[in-house]
Amino acid sequence: MLETLRTIDMYDMIKFIPLIPLIGFLILGLTGKYIKKEAVIGTIGSLAVFIPFVLSIILFIDIVKQHITSPVIVPVYTWINTGQLSISISYQVDQLSILFSLIITGVGFLIHIYSIGYMHGDRSFSRFFAYLNLFIFMMLNLVLSSNFLLTFLGWEGVGLCSYLLIGFWYDQKFEGTRITWTGDAANKAFIVNRIGDFGFIIAMFLIFLTFNSLDYQTVKEAAAGGAFAYYNTGILTAITLLMFLGCTGKSAQIPLAVWLPDAMAGPTPVSALIHAATMVTAGIFLIARNSVLFALAPDTMMVVAIVGLATAFFAATIGLVQNDIKKVLAYSTVSQLGFMFIALGVGAFTAGVFHVMTHAFFKGLLFLGAGSVIHGMHHQQNIKMMGGLKKYMPVTYITFFVATLAISGIPFFSGFFSKDEILWSAFSKGHWIMWLIGATAAFFTAFYMFRLLKLTFHGEERFDPHHVHPHESPKTMTIPLIILAVLSALGGFLGIPYALGSWFSAHPNLLENFLDPVFEDAQKIISTATMKVSSGNEIHFQEYLLMLISTGIALSGIYLANKFYSDALWSVPRALAKNFRGTYNLLFKKYKLDEFYFATVVDPCIETSRSFLWKIFDVKYIDGLVNGLGRTSMGIGETVRKLQTGIVQNYAVIMTGGIILILFWIFISL
Amino acid sequence: MTLEYIPLVFMLVFGFGIATVFMYLSEILGAKRSTKEKNTTYESGMTPFKTARDRFSVKFYLVAMLFLVFDIEIVFMYPWAVQFKQLGSTGFIAMMLFIVLLLSGYIYVIKKGALKWD
Amino acid sequence: MGIELQYLLPIITISFFVVTAIVFDALLQNKIFSFVWSIIGLIVVIGTASYTFVIPSLELMNLSKEGLITKNMVFFGGYASFFDIVFAGAGLMTILASRVYIKREYKELNEYYSLILITVSGMMLIGHSNNLLILFIGIEIMSISFYVLAGYFRNSIKSIEASLKYFLLGSFATGFLVYGIALLYGATGSLDLNIITSNLIAGKFNHIYFLLGSGLILIGLSFKVAAFPFHQWAPDVYQGSPTVASGFMSSAGKAAAMIAFIIVFKHILPAVNNPVLIKDTHLIQNIIAVLAACTMLLGNFTALAQTNVKRMLAYSSVAHAGYLLIGIASNNSTGWTGVLFYSVAYILMQLGAFIVLSVIERNEQSNLELSDFAGLSRSHPILAALMAVFMLSLAGIPPFAGFFGKYYLFVSAVKADYVWLTIVAVISSIISMYYYIGIILQMYFKDPRSVALEADYGLARIPLFIAVAGLVIFGVFPSLLADVAYYFF
Repeated sequence: MLETLRTIDMYDMIKFIPLIPLIGFLILGLTGKYIKKEAVIGTIGSLAVFIPFVLSIILFIDIVKQHITSPVIVPVYTWINTGQLSISISYQVDQLSILFSLIITGVGFLIHIYSIGYMHGDRSFSRFFAYLNLFIFMMLNLVLSSNFLLTFLGWEGVGLCSYLLIGFWYDQKFEGTRITWTGDAANKAFIVNRIGDFGFIIAMFLIFLTFNSLDYQTVKEAAAGGAFAYYNTGILTAITLLMFLGCTGKSAQIPLAVWLPDAMAGPTPVSALIHAATMVTAGIFLIARNSVLFALAPDTMMVVAIVGLATAFFAATIGLVQNDIKKVLAYSTVSQLGFMFIALGVGAFTAGVFHVMTHAFFKGLLFLGAGSVIHGMHHQQNIKMMGGLKKYMPVTYITFFVATLAISGIPFFSGFFSKDEILWSAFSKGHWIMWLIGATAAFFTAFYMFRLLKLTFHGEERFDPHHVHPHESPKTMTIPLIILAVLSALGGFLGIPYALGSWFSAHPNLLENFLDPVFEDAQKIISTATMKVSSGNEIHFQEYLLMLISTGIALSGIYLANKFYSDALWSVPRALAKNFRGTYNLLFKKYKLDEFYFATVVDPCIETSRSFLWKIFDVKYIDGLVNGLGRTSMGIGETVRKLQTGIVQNYAVIMTGGIILILFWIFISL
Repeated sequence: MTLEYIPLVFMLVFGFGIATVFMYLSEILGAKRSTKEKNTTYESGMTPFKTARDRFSVKFYLVAMLFLVFDIEIVFMYPWAVQFKQLGSTGFIAMMLFIVLLLSGYIYVIKKGALKWD
Repeated sequence: MGIELQYLLPIITISFFVVTAIVFDALLQNKIFSFVWSIIGLIVVIGTASYTFVIPSLELMNLSKEGLITKNMVFFGGYASFFDIVFAGAGLMTILASRVYIKREYKELNEYYSLILITVSGMMLIGHSNNLLILFIGIEIMSISFYVLAGYFRNSIKSIEASLKYFLLGSFATGFLVYGIALLYGATGSLDLNIITSNLIAGKFNHIYFLLGSGLILIGLSFKVAAFPFHQWAPDVYQGSPTVASGFMSSAGKAAAMIAFIIVFKHILPAVNNPVLIKDTHLIQNIIAVLAACTMLLGNFTALAQTNVKRMLAYSSVAHAGYLLIGIASNNSTGWTGVLFYSVAYILMQLGAFIVLSVIERNEQSNLELSDFAGLSRSHPILAALMAVFMLSLAGIPPFAGFFGKYYLFVSAVKADYVWLTIVAVISSIISMYYYIGIILQMYFKDPRSVALEADYGLARIPLFIAVAGLVIFGVFPSLLADVAYYFF
């Protein structure tokens, strides 16, 4: 009893995890203008993320020790409570929320430190940190919430912060399809996300209609406890599909992937924090949080897997030909997010979350490295204008190299474990085509990442040495790089597959053990529905084989990139581009998806709004209706006010009339 | 239950009855010899010097109202005085409260000059 | 007995201050003293009421029903204490706002403050009543003081007219109220509301007398809240009375009458399985629902056609009586919660709006036309912002408390299967937007008048601040109030 009390008291601490960044935001937002010292602002901003990080660690250790099996709900404040609908701020302590909280605050803290160096001298230094703290607050609300509504608040909040930070340098030019300013890119991200949010809102309505609650735990129990009453029902498929629409928006999947590459208009730390490590994984979080609902909707799972696969593949192919260092990384992010959705789609929730974590490490690192390069190259982002930076920025180079190895899936780097687990899950669930396409995407990944590395750091110097003097970045920037590099290299050992770790432990996959209580119900549903006993702890010969194959794929990608771009004239890739001009252009223009959307959705919408909705419908019908109603109401008012004669006898007469009517009503009802 | 109300009914009937009967009796028994003097307003023997449909000074009403208020207190005090011993200290405290309230009203009336005729 | 006296403290203190205030008025003839004394009185009342509010209800349970001095005629603690605080607070706001207004518009008489105190005592008695007689006494103390307050500007014809109209029609309606109480006594054999309820549940009641009595009480109380068709006094009276006083009458007075509604109809319409009683309950509920619908529509439609802001607010107060009646018609705990919540919100916004009017009113009722508000945001930005908050809250726009009040009331109607009533309520809310927003439009988007308005705040700053703070706090955190209310009913 005492022990439980202590634990509950302890978990109350979770309130402070989102509260502290909020305080940081308020301090910086309200007084930042008057703080002249960048060091003070940076310290406040970083501390506001560091303290929650420490708290998360404490909670994490406690959860590991206690091994709680069901989430602990910590109510903070009940906003509205009317009958069934109860809107409250309450947080949920469980393995999933704390893991995400660790990633967000941990990586977030490093990126805050990095930003002190990167944003040095910017005229809106305090505004930047205020937004970052606000973002962390919203993101923590998103993942720690115990109900859909608070998650939605965070979901919209991170969208807002993303908007504010993409357009942070709002007066700068930025190139894209029909985009000239960074503000346009911010608008694009915001508007595209609205489509997804629409799906999320409808999904919430349907959930409330179906389960009479918006609490994760209540919904989960109701859905899982229904003994397959909900399995494969239309309503659950609808809910999950709509929710997934929301995820495609936030996590930049097909068909809503188009915003993420343009989101690179923001400062690079923003790209690292929001558009690589944390916000874009919100979609994965949402599905993982509602794993039971998705497990009950096998059709949706299939859709999730296919969309993820398509995104992983197509984004990887686009990445092959891009020349902007951040764009390459952006498409790589889209592609890696696709991998995560494959994992979720085939029911390997742990693998998906695992990849979120490792991806946060290596992609955060890649972006920060890219930022370091951009910083050193005086805002040059075109990799064709770089080369040979290895000797100028050794720390950046080494850390970037580690991250590249990790993302390419070189054994024993973090990306190897997580990506391989995803591919193996897809294969072991019987989707060998998925494995094949995924492996191809992995091959492309290895290729374009080494192309990037090669063009940026190796070879001859293609920049103008008179104007550009590359230099290593300051310590505030390189230290986060080093820490992330260590994590990228070693982070994978948290999730050693059984096939590799069986010799020293019966449960070598620490992360899977840790997350087991969260996904237990969903896994049970999937295994019952597919009549398959979870094959978990058997060593398959195929698994070793596939590991070997994917390592081979990665190595061949690296080899090819090395070969192509070692010669100074890039003769092979140039020849390829020339011979396959159509394909090359298609890839270079990102499959013309943007143009397609403009032609089919945006332009017709604008045109209809302008010519019909505004000039005809609004002016003639709506205005006419409103004015007509207004005139009628006024007329009624004018008529009724005539009853008010001002003569007290008349009032008494009307009163008497009313009394008679009421009494008459009573009499006839007797 | 209805039996309890019988005295009330009697009171109502007798009240109305006596009033009606006497008015009616005077109407039919009284002699009717109309003269000019008789048709004028009765002013205790004085000759009326203006119409009776005239406004009285508000002071009349004020005094009448105040009289009522202070007159009614006797309705409470008399039964209390009769039953003083049985009602005991509770009754005493209650009556004192009542008198204090009345007194404060009285002080107000006096101080405001509501009883001053000029 | 000691505990009972503790619970009676709010009533005892208010009575003490009422009596002393009157005596001091006469003896000292000192305006400032009267002003300060009444403020001290109300603060003490708020203090004692807060004390009774927080005494653990366990002691209330242990209070034996026999041997009470008050003979079970008075209700202790709970919502009664809550409304003690609300009414005393409203009185305090009124007094603070009145001083500068009364001094400017009419020579200040010290009785004004005593009258407000008396009114508050009547309202508190309504909240405490557990017996129809106490309820009646409370209503009459309140009403009679209102008649006097309405005619407080003795030299203004409008004020006298308002007072007389109010008095004549009010006594007419009071007759029905008394008659209804008498019939209810005849039907159930008691004036004690709890005994009435138990007799009703036990089936020991006369069906016809019960219905007639409830109907007549409904009529009497409908007059007090100014519900259709007993509303016609309201616009004339509210327009003619001193502005702050009409704010007080139309907000706190209405709230008190609504409490009377809750207290009576909660007890005489119990939820039981007696088929006869269910039929009667539905009949009364239906009548109230129809009255509510007509009141809302009529109030809002007529307010549309007004050009005088004070009169417009008077009609809007009629419409708000309709909204509040929804909660009575629903006859469920959500409805009562809604009434409680909305009463508090309504006191804050209506009183606030009238105080704003009193700040700019000059020479008895001038400067109150809609066109006088043009460009107020430029000459008096703070005043315009305050007015805008009150108007938005009256219109029921979040994040102000008015929104949640309406929300709870509408939800209660849906729960009670009065979906049509909710639809009517929503439509009339939409109609009301027009004139509320109209004022904001005038203040913010029209050019100022040639002669700028003067604003004379005085102490009115304090109640205005309280009103805005309350509206925002209860609008953002409605559960602060709603949770308390749920616990009452």
